[in-house]
Amino acid sequence: MTYSFVLQSLLNGLLIGGVYSLMAIGLTLVFGVMKVVNFAHGSLIMLGMYTSYWSVMMFHLNPYASILISFVVLFIIGVAFQKFLINPILDAPEHNQLLLTLGVSLFLENLAVFLWSPDYRVMQTPYSEINFYIGDISISLVKLLAFGVAILLAAIIYLILTRTDLGKAIRAASEEPRGSLLMGINIQRIYIITFGIGAACAGVSGAAITPFIPVYPYAGWLFVITAFVVVVLGGMGNVPGAFVGGLIIGIADSVGAIFLPGGMKSIISFIIFILILLFKPTGLFGRKDA
Amino acid sequence: MPDIPEQTGYLKRKFYPRTWITIGIALVVLHILPWVVPNILHIMIMIFLYTIMGEGWNVLGGYAGQFSFGHSVFFGIGAYVSTLLFIHFGLSPWFGIFVSCAAGIIFGLFFGFLSFRYHLKGPFFALIMLAFAEIFHMIAMAWSAVGGASGLLIPLRGSCPSLMQFISKTPFYFISLWLMLGSLFLVWWIEGTRMGLYFLATREEHDAAEALGVNTFKTQMVAMAISAGMTAIGGTIYAQYILYIGPDSTFGVANSVEIMLPPIIGGPGTVLGPLLGSALLTPLSEVTRLAFQSYSGVHLMIYGVVLVIVIMFLPNGILGFARKALSGFGFRGKLST
Repeated sequence: MTYSFVLQSLLNGLLIGGVYSLMAIGLTLVFGVMKVVNFAHGSLIMLGMYTSYWSVMMFHLNPYASILISFVVLFIIGVAFQKFLINPILDAPEHNQLLLTLGVSLFLENLAVFLWSPDYRVMQTPYSEINFYIGDISISLVKLLAFGVAILLAAIIYLILTRTDLGKAIRAASEEPRGSLLMGINIQRIYIITFGIGAACAGVSGAAITPFIPVYPYAGWLFVITAFVVVVLGGMGNVPGAFVGGLIIGIADSVGAIFLPGGMKSIISFIIFILILLFKPTGLFGRKDA
Repeated sequence: MPDIPEQTGYLKRKFYPRTWITIGIALVVLHILPWVVPNILHIMIMIFLYTIMGEGWNVLGGYAGQFSFGHSVFFGIGAYVSTLLFIHFGLSPWFGIFVSCAAGIIFGLFFGFLSFRYHLKGPFFALIMLAFAEIFHMIAMAWSAVGGASGLLIPLRGSCPSLMQFISKTPFYFISLWLMLGSLFLVWWIEGTRMGLYFLATREEHDAAEALGVNTFKTQMVAMAISAGMTAIGGTIYAQYILYIGPDSTFGVANSVEIMLPPIIGGPGTVLGPLLGSALLTPLSEVTRLAFQSYSGVHLMIYGVVLVIVIMFLPNGILGFARKALSGFGFRGKLST
């Protein structure tokens, strides 16, 4: 095992880690504001992948323009999801919300099987052949672009949350729902927008990886568990924590792939998941009172 | 220690003569069914198996209030342990089932010890169980000694009752029927014991139960052990009946869902809920499986819709809703669940 091989794994891990970060930001935002663990996040990622795939295959869009379509489509799906399914049962016990999102994810995944068959579909783009070289290390253009898109959207969300009135309202609703209701914030609307943003994160991250990861109905499962690991690692509801956690898990996964046989590489992130849940459920960067 | 009064509000367990008559008729019907309508035996066996495992999930999820999203881990342990013992050591599954059950309990206690020590609950517990099941799934996929991704075929030795192998489905019908009746009785019996009340106390108000002297850790461990053991027994019978096990059909996420949905939809925390849920969902899944053979997951799409509808409109399951509705009309306590 050479030095450059390890460096190559670290770099690949970092690039995919950026995408994990974006997936996890969507999940952690929804948890932080609504206290809902969104099990359907993986299905939303999968829908983002299919949206991008079909826009490219049917309308011959540039794959990176299709990311915008995924953003819009998934935002709308997220809004409808929150408005018609989650808002009505917000007062129910938390496991009911978990089961509801599980039901939605079962429905969406198997609807995808029904509509588009369980086959793997690979998006053909001219970009996927392009690699840059720095010494022995190759950087694939599509992975670099996916990383760039993920970081860009993560930064935009961070700015929205910290610099705008909407962001202030979202943070207020997350900290003190009743108090912000009394201050005249329309909580239901904030919830709808937050879920829309969360779903859009899933859609964009799905669309960003479509040029190098095959699309199939259960693709979301690959990522939703990783996203949960990242969210727990970063502290449930902690957006910057999710960002750092994504990079850590990305690197841990690809370093694990050096030592472990193919099917076992995700076992590292599972073990991290179990250890964190057991010893520090508030996450690496979680507050004590969380 | 004073005995718990027999007729407390929640546990009005008095059996009316008509309850005995209903049970008697149901038993007779179930025992002559294989000769009356032999072509539904497969569906009946699957209903019974998923009722056994649903009752297992119900003890932990419905009664003790810890929702597990990874019960397929116990199903898989049950299926793999008895199968490996049979293939490598020729041990009859009749004995293997006890080893499987013990293995399920041991792993259940291990997972429970890890999670309940830190008071994991709600979504955290659900997710950690999912993670355990996924780890076992990955190991089963990657480890060629247990069959790897292609799974294990159980060698068929013809009709051999001492090895739990039969040419006809009827013996499996009775094995699963009696085990199911046993599981119903077990859960009904637990419901009336002091431990059953501890389960409910821990579910409803964890901290208050602790403050009143209930050892909630021990309570949850007991619930986990019973739950894991019952689910592992279901896994063993399933393996013997289907004669094939693979990582996806045992440890897969879809299997966890199929184990937990009958109790959730029928009514978590009720004795008959898992049976009702399984009797509704299993035929649905078998029929859609036949209708959409090339799309193996379509029955899960229907499960998803049913789950969403039940959670939105009947959050306590069908039996929970029925009990509430009937008590509203002055039938309080007469509906023995």
